[in-house]
Amino acid sequence: MVPGEVSGELLVGRAPISFWGGYDPATGTIIDRRHPLAGTVASGRILAIPGTRGSSTTTAILLEAIRAGTAPAAIVTAGVDGFVALAAIVAEELFDRTIAVVALEPTAFAALPDCGRAHVSSDGTIDLT
Amino acid sequence: MELELSSRDRAMLAGDLGPASRLAMRILVRMAAIWRAASLLDITGAHIDSALYVGDATLEYAEHLAELGARVAVPTTLNVSGVDTAAWQEWAVPPDWAAKAHRQMVAYEAMGCRSTWTCAPYQSEPRPAFGDQIAWGESSAIVFANSVLGARTERYPDLLDICAAITGRVPAVGLHLTEHRAGTVLIRLAELSERIQQDDAFFPVLGHLVGSAVQGGVPVLAGLATHPTEDQLKALGAAMASSGAVALFHVVGVTPEATTQAAAFHGMAPPREITVSLADLRDARRDLDTAHGAKLDMVVLGSPHFSFTEFQRLAELVAGTTRHPAVRVLITTGRGVKLMAERAGLLEPLERFGAELAVDTCILTSPMLPDHVRVLMTNSAKYAYYTPSLLGRQMAFGGLRDCVRSAVAGRVEHDEESWRE
Repeated sequence: MVPGEVSGELLVGRAPISFWGGYDPATGTIIDRRHPLAGTVASGRILAIPGTRGSSTTTAILLEAIRAGTAPAAIVTAGVDGFVALAAIVAEELFDRTIAVVALEPTAFAALPDCGRAHVSSDGTIDLT
Repeated sequence: MELELSSRDRAMLAGDLGPASRLAMRILVRMAAIWRAASLLDITGAHIDSALYVGDATLEYAEHLAELGARVAVPTTLNVSGVDTAAWQEWAVPPDWAAKAHRQMVAYEAMGCRSTWTCAPYQSEPRPAFGDQIAWGESSAIVFANSVLGARTERYPDLLDICAAITGRVPAVGLHLTEHRAGTVLIRLAELSERIQQDDAFFPVLGHLVGSAVQGGVPVLAGLATHPTEDQLKALGAAMASSGAVALFHVVGVTPEATTQAAAFHGMAPPREITVSLADLRDARRDLDTAHGAKLDMVVLGSPHFSFTEFQRLAELVAGTTRHPAVRVLITTGRGVKLMAERAGLLEPLERFGAELAVDTCILTSPMLPDHVRVLMTNSAKYAYYTPSLLGRQMAFGGLRDCVRSAVAGRVEHDEESWRE
């Protein structure tokens, strides 16, 4: 969706997330108390979530996090999530910096291990390292 | 898929109509590719959530667009801002936050957006007509426009809504197209007693339950014993759009695209069915309530923004009573509805009761609550859903009657009568 070359620790959450009320752009922490990754710092990691839900302010919060350097280095979703892609696109247009966004087929997403390290290539392939 | 662009689209992309529409069209075209749109289509109006200040990045985006000379191409209303400009000093809003939130408001006003500053523009502004193609932000407004008005909008996130307004164009995808407006799951309510359906917390609780259960898609509710009011449909949709990414629902026999169950499913069999029991509703109600005891600091009403008819109902409920001195009562609404309520004499009984009003914003979007306010109570599933994580505070949940009763008693109180097995 938005190309980038990233290596990092894989952080897999099997539930969708609302960044508004669910992600603290000051610290890069997931604060959605209903989410399995609640309390985890996602900043700089490869965050894999099925997608986003709820509020339309999710994109604004993710843009803040990208600008502040507290966003995940890459976000991997199960199927296309336009909200995640939009924040990365606007960051690229506005600040000339962005994060990689990859949309996997839902079956490929389900096959991701719960943790480990991964490399995201600019063509969208993900290698477990 | 190759994206088909009109000559005006291409002119915007080339910068012939100025740098702002070039940037807006660039973003739209990239999103159209991601959503695999075949073309763009014209919109007749927009509602902008991007004007909400959440930090320096959104302010920079707003001021960058305004400096590039951006002007909206269609009638455009504004969602809540980060500050009640008339009265923020009465609350705990940091002056620096207020100043930046105000700068962001000014930037969007400079682009030609109307200063409506409400999450429920359909309560005070001209409404889109059935079938109108529009680009709305704000999850609760989106679900109302699609479901109750029968207008057509995708879930426009912050940052993209203003691109649609500047260009007057959106990718022709999703809920703009008839084929995506069919029901995807049947929600059976016939098992629920009329007594529970008439409880004034029924619709927000039901919405919370349905949103959590379906996550996305188009739920079709069948078996309602009563004809819901617009306020109830508003509460239902806002709850669904908080706990799930629901942007359109149908209520058989009530909403305009669901004259029959068959019409709601476009003549197909429901792909999935969920039957709602009283036990499910009780669980959903418990899930919304994050208060641990009876202690209560504030009752807050108005998410989505309080309507004229909600002011009428509240004025009746509080007549002859006053709030407990230890419990503040806050109503969040739009400046348009406040004016209507004022002219109708509905604010005096509320003032006598001891209620306070904030306009243009709400407790979730403005850092207005004083530190000592730790436990709140609301009748809004949206406030109840977001308050614990966004504000780090506890939120009791109950119907409007429970909220008034608790404000008077000075402690959280619930009428459990309709909720018993």
